[in-house]
Amino acid sequence: MWDYSETVQEHFFNPRNAGAVEAANGVGEVGSLSCGDALRLTLKVDPETETILEAGFQTFGCGSAIASSSALTEIIKGMTLSEALKVSNQDIADYLDGLPPEKMHCSVMGREALQAAVANYRGEEWKDDHEEGALICKCFAIDAVMIEETIRANGLRSVEAVTNYTKAGGGCSSCHEGIEEILGRVLAEQGEQLVINAVAAEARQPRTGLTNLQRIRRIEELLDEIRPNLQRDHGDVELVEVDGRHIYVKMTGACSGCQMAATTLGGIQQHLAEGLSEFILVLPAEELACRATVGG
Amino acid sequence: MDKGIYLDNNATTMVAPEVVEAMLPYFTEQFGNPSSLHQFGNQVGRALKVARKQVQALLGAEHDSEIIFTSCGTESDSTAILSALKAQPERREIITSVVEHPAILTLCQYLEKDGYTVHYLKVDKRGRLDLQEYARLLSDQVAVVSIMWANNESGTLFPVEEMAEMARAAGVMFHTDAVQAVGKLPINLQESCIDMLSLSGHKLHAPKGIGVLYLRRGVRFRPLLRGGHQERGRRAGTENAASIVALGKACEMAGEALAYEERVVRSMRDRLEQGIIEQVSHCFVTGDPENRLPNTCNIAFEFIEGEAILLLLNKMGIAASSGSACTSGSLEPSHVMRAMDIPFTAAHGSVRFSFSRYNTMEEVERVIAAMPLIVQRLRKLSPYWNGDAPADEPGQEFAPTYA
Ligand SMILES: Cc1ncc(COP(=O)(O)O)c(C=O)c1O
Ligand code: FES
Repeated sequence: MWDYSETVQEHFFNPRNAGAVEAANGVGEVGSLSCGDALRLTLKVDPETETILEAGFQTFGCGSAIASSSALTEIIKGMTLSEALKVSNQDIADYLDGLPPEKMHCSVMGREALQAAVANYRGEEWKDDHEEGALICKCFAIDAVMIEETIRANGLRSVEAVTNYTKAGGGCSSCHEGIEEILGRVLAEQGEQLVINAVAAEARQPRTGLTNLQRIRRIEELLDEIRPNLQRDHGDVELVEVDGRHIYVKMTGACSGCQMAATTLGGIQQHLAEGLSEFILVLPAEELACRATVGG
Repeated sequence: MDKGIYLDNNATTMVAPEVVEAMLPYFTEQFGNPSSLHQFGNQVGRALKVARKQVQALLGAEHDSEIIFTSCGTESDSTAILSALKAQPERREIITSVVEHPAILTLCQYLEKDGYTVHYLKVDKRGRLDLQEYARLLSDQVAVVSIMWANNESGTLFPVEEMAEMARAAGVMFHTDAVQAVGKLPINLQESCIDMLSLSGHKLHAPKGIGVLYLRRGVRFRPLLRGGHQERGRRAGTENAASIVALGKACEMAGEALAYEERVVRSMRDRLEQGIIEQVSHCFVTGDPENRLPNTCNIAFEFIEGEAILLLLNKMGIAASSGSACTSGSLEPSHVMRAMDIPFTAAHGSVRFSFSRYNTMEEVERVIAAMPLIVQRLRKLSPYWNGDAPADEPGQEFAPTYA
């Protein structure tokens, strides 16, 4: 079950100001049965001072919806209307010593009911401008609407970028699939495709000042340096392919298939890594074939 | 403080004391790897054999080699479906139902993204499937049918034996998620056409983290976990010996308790249901009351929300669960309640009470005494309720600004 703070529990089990206020002159109703939570807020406002004399709530909803309603009425009693309108949903959550991210919408509902009640008192019509999407990132309580809007507004292309802008995805990673789906949809609308490995490919690019050709020449030189050692054991090494950090070599002569091949590869790897001043992996050329099938 | 009343046995069960006792030696003295040749491993190997026989007996399987131990019901479900797809790559369709457990549904939704076509059989207001629709969907394009034996929320039973026969006749593999059924009803797989069946230990008084996939001899299979030769190469990974021994013992005990389940557990459930319905207005039983698990009852309370009910029940030491949106972390009420077209006014307020043979009639009476007060208290807070009755026309009386 939810990890509710003591204060949330206290307000749920002993709600303050439950029920409708008699002779109310401001009524706000938000939510609906289908959403699973709904709130009616009734206010008695002193017309002279615009002070909230009494506030009452009726709530259909879960524990935190009831607690948020109770907290809201406690907060606004005695405030003037303009003071009350400054109460944010975060204030309600803070008053309750926090709400689980999945439950923040309960405090949003409280604030909206308040706006609706004030509008009703003033004889205005209140329009809901708040759109709530499915919760995507639970670690940071970010919903789908927020993610989509941020992607559009900033032309984002990767999960990492979404994380940088919204925090979504910066925690446990479980929402990356959901974020990618939204990205894919938005990009598709713009006639683009989501390149999932955009960043992974970038990471594969070695960070040296050398051009590819220079780097390969350098690798050849380094191999030449150790070739004499191998030839002494009647073996040899041949460079087959360079793919970013992965350097594929073929062991020939006595070295091929010999028990020591792995140790030899290790030695070559160390020599190349030192010579190139970067982290690389030396792999037997046979793995190139494996990689091709796995990749396909 | 007394230990409370646990009526959430479809979520998980207490490990039976006899089961704990049976498994304990396999943490200490009997710690060997059953694959080892020496005496340490040997004895464990023998214990696994016994456990396999005990599971076989409860399921009425023809051979003990048809029992594959896994890590949980979810793994069994995934293994079954993915195996059927891998083994028959030319078949790209799956038939399942809209009320399956997420162990099946989430996997199927994921497979849809991979290009598979999934047919979700709908249910009627009492949670029953339309077998004619099912018959129409069976074809040589279907790799596997996966239908739960009993629904975890409503307890409604599906005619899986009949459906398995229909699948067999159409040449289609049939899997059933029997996680909620095993140990609560008699099962005799050798007399059925069911090809694969999932069960989970923690629903029948064995520990969490142990499950079984029953795989009928001769059914084409591809393992999910590859590696060592454990479970004849069908599920690699060193066996969870202590839990397997425990599951064996739990199956043996469940077999012996089936008659008790059918008679005594059922009568407790029926008493609770009748007691609540009599005293509380505007509530009703969901699912198919004539055709459901003996231990489950799901009651929808109108105009109040399930999580709030659970919190108040919990305060009185009573544990149950709810299909309300707010208990699951999503904003939608339970997919099972929605599939049965339970109105929103009630779907959010559905509460499931699920029994085990460890409950007592005295507990039932205490819950019956508690429930009316809890409902009354929450209805007093509800904007949809007025005095002793719903606010006349809920839609009109209470007209929120956004819907
Ligand atoms: C019908 C059904 N299937 C599968 C599962 C999952 O079982 P497990 O928790 O062992 O993975 C459950 C348990 O909640 C269930 O009720
Ligand atoms: S849910 Fe988004 S990072 Fe954890």
